[in-house]
Amino acid sequence: METINVEATDETPRVILDSDSNQFEFSGKSLPEDVTTFYNPILDWLEAYGLEPNEKSNFVFKMDYFNTASSKLILDILMKLEEINDEHDGVIVEWYFREDDEDMEEAGEEYSDIVEVPFKQIAY
Amino acid sequence: MEKTKIEVGTDYMDFVSKFHQTIRNENIMLVYEGEITQTIAKAFSSMTEQGFDDETDSSRTQKRVYHVMIECLQNVAKHADDEITGEPEIPGRGIFMISNNENEYTVTTGNIVANDKITIIKEMLDKFNALDPDEIKAEYKRMIKESRLSEKAGAGLGFIDIVKKTGNNIEYYFDEINDKTSFFIQKSVVNRD
Repeated sequence: METINVEATDETPRVILDSDSNQFEFSGKSLPEDVTTFYNPILDWLEAYGLEPNEKSNFVFKMDYFNTASSKLILDILMKLEEINDEHDGVIVEWYFREDDEDMEEAGEEYSDIVEVPFKQIAY
Repeated sequence: MEKTKIEVGTDYMDFVSKFHQTIRNENIMLVYEGEITQTIAKAFSSMTEQGFDDETDSSRTQKRVYHVMIECLQNVAKHADDEITGEPEIPGRGIFMISNNENEYTVTTGNIVANDKITIIKEMLDKFNALDPDEIKAEYKRMIKESRLSEKAGAGLGFIDIVKKTGNNIEYYFDEINDKTSFFIQKSVVNRD
């Protein structure tokens, strides 16, 4: 399956979605003017990945900042992961937040309340 | 002739001097009027990010100010209307101001909105302002689940997110310009730790 590997910019996160190396990561900032243009290919990729996912896949979120429009799209991603996990098991979300970033920690808590998928909160 | 010149000059110079004094007295860190594009929103936010005094402001305060600035600026960029027609204006135009005192940062935006949007904006702000922190969290969760992106790619979560993150009400004011439009002022406050 095709790999998504996008470098971070000052308004979009670094994204790696690589089923061959079993690496899935979102990190950095997200505040694009048009969230759908950026996130739709990612949601499409997850849709395809869900047809034949790896036995285990850890999805890493290591975000510094995201705006409210991005927060909605991040929820859409997590809901896709919930779907994949419902059908196949093996999905874990790792939500990283800086030790002193209680808002990012709280965002993780809120997401973990909303979606039903194994969710690890990890301070760094 | 010479006298006229001096008078014109004096008025203008006097204005600049007073304007400067006002900005200093109010501790205004940045004031801008004009088109608010994504590029400008990012530039202002990173300017402010770099302008923080790391000695006095915690990273939590700094991140919250950054967050509120981005939401406010993107609000104007996406939702400002034309003064005459009341139709959406892209990119949005408005005033943006950030100031501080020893207790708080204040982020203020002002932009034109169509009068027929006033009721819905008021209802939203009054509703969020009346909720306590736990109710705000619950309402936020409900809204993020149910929200659909608008055609302008907004999630409709900007106001509630500001109230949730800052723990403060959003103050607002509508100044009617004509029968189609008003000037909408929105003031958000981030406490300094």
